[in-house]
Amino acid sequence: MSTVIPIQSASAAGSAPATPIPYAELVQPDRVHTSLYTNPAIFTEEMDKVFYSNWIWVGHVSEVPEPGSFKSTWIGQQPVVLVRDRKKELHVLLNRCRHRGATVCEHKKGKTASFVCPYHGWGYGLDGSLRGVPHPESYGDTLEKDKLGLVSLRVEEYAGMVFATFKDDLMPLAEWLGPAKKWMDLFMKQAGGYPVKVAGEHRFTFPGNWKIQLENTTDAYHFPLVHKSFLSSLDEQAKKTFDFVDGPGYVEDLGNGHSVMVMIPELIDLEADLDKPIPDRFAELAQALRDEGHDEAKVRRIVRAVGGTGFNLNLYPNVACSMAFFRVLRPVSVNETEIHHAAIVMDGGPAIANQYRLRLHEHFQGPMGFGTPDDGEAWERVQKGARAGEDLWIMVNRGLPGEKPGTDGPRGDVSAETGMRAAYRQWLKSMTA
Amino acid sequence: MNTALQTDVLNDVTAFLWAEADMLDNELYEEWLQLWQEDGLYIVPIDPRETDHENTLNYAYDNAKMRQMRVRRLTGGESISTSPEPRTVRMASRFRIVEDDGTTLTVRCAQFLTDFRKENQHQYTANLVYTLRRHETGFRIVRKVVKLINADDVLQTIGYIL
Repeated sequence: MSTVIPIQSASAAGSAPATPIPYAELVQPDRVHTSLYTNPAIFTEEMDKVFYSNWIWVGHVSEVPEPGSFKSTWIGQQPVVLVRDRKKELHVLLNRCRHRGATVCEHKKGKTASFVCPYHGWGYGLDGSLRGVPHPESYGDTLEKDKLGLVSLRVEEYAGMVFATFKDDLMPLAEWLGPAKKWMDLFMKQAGGYPVKVAGEHRFTFPGNWKIQLENTTDAYHFPLVHKSFLSSLDEQAKKTFDFVDGPGYVEDLGNGHSVMVMIPELIDLEADLDKPIPDRFAELAQALRDEGHDEAKVRRIVRAVGGTGFNLNLYPNVACSMAFFRVLRPVSVNETEIHHAAIVMDGGPAIANQYRLRLHEHFQGPMGFGTPDDGEAWERVQKGARAGEDLWIMVNRGLPGEKPGTDGPRGDVSAETGMRAAYRQWLKSMTA
Repeated sequence: MNTALQTDVLNDVTAFLWAEADMLDNELYEEWLQLWQEDGLYIVPIDPRETDHENTLNYAYDNAKMRQMRVRRLTGGESISTSPEPRTVRMASRFRIVEDDGTTLTVRCAQFLTDFRKENQHQYTANLVYTLRRHETGFRIVRKVVKLINADDVLQTIGYIL
């Protein structure tokens, strides 16, 4: 395996401004400066200091289930491939041939025995090692094959979620996640006792900065306004469930930029309260499962899990476990962001229950969903509005007065901007490290 | 049955599907809803090669209830992404009847759609596959599958019916 090639810093690349950006002045405890959305120099530094210096989500284990399974994706602006080798070990490889730099994989996902560069035929194993070079004789004995594998990043996994980093000296993933780990464990209970499986994703872009979407995952304040048309499409009972802004939920800072927003406290633990009445909207599913011969305990477990958890967990900087799906962001440029909403099903679970999950995902998510397009419109307007006035601030002070110590960090009411403050505190730490 | 030479049937199908396109571009959604069989399905898959739409993720998988709710969402004034509403022009062509058992037909065609909203114009190109059932007043739609050629890439908001 090859060693990690150090990433040239933005300043060394000559793209940093002549005078350093005064980050500490741009991020206050209760507000952040609008230039964080609009300044291309900040974006360039973010790639280096946020995306190439932290643990970054690259996929879920179910996306690469077997030896040879792969998924191509991005870390910041760099194309990478997540792949499982013959020994079932996971690798994250830079998608770049070591000879002349062509990508070695142009499929979004699939199964392969090796990666072969189409330009000059250099072939790599599933672990990235250089296997063969056509007509090697011209190199004499100078070709150091063991040093010319695909660049391989550090990879670690927790609760089936796979992260990679360029940094050899970064803290272990488990330490980075800290208190977020117990929320990840709770999130995975939504497969009703089966393994969690990613079953496709919706991908869409919006013309705005990535931090606008980062903020949104723990923003309950917008929900009844932006998602009015979604709420109107629900039955009365479900409408009540989603009417959480005045409710007893909360947002808690989990450290390292992570935060959790609990919208529906009774749905934190999907394995608790299994004898509670089944909501009307799942009554038909419950009956269908009984008709298939599942016992009542299993029916209740699946039905309670099928709608997802009652919380959104934001894992800084690029992934969230959001009610019933993984929400992934990819920064494209200072004012363009790609969002992936990965649907989750129960691997091996009853088909009818998985169909329910898929239909629920389609109802809200994606470019044709009843929720996502309205989020996109709101985010787009933030970016456009950010062009009005040079010296304006983004307010993230909501809920500050009532903030109290929680289990793992400051805790505000459900529509408090505690999660955004947590993310920006970490962002400032990254940018000034 | 030799479907290639059924030009009269092809004419009827073409007139029906052009009328559907006209209804969607002119936001005649109530009329559009009447074109459907009660148990009909409107499907926009995330992978144009997928055939098992029920057990895979789609952009839309609408039964009668979802179609009605979608129309309500597009016209109800509660959705900020459809106000101002997008304008669309779609051209459907290359109609081919690929199956006809006398009651039900399968029709394939091409659709080029341009949308415009606020400051942006987009293009969506798709292969459409319809299942139509003969009806006393023409046809009813049993199934409409919209296979966007870039369905597995990154899309932008689609605040209308494809």
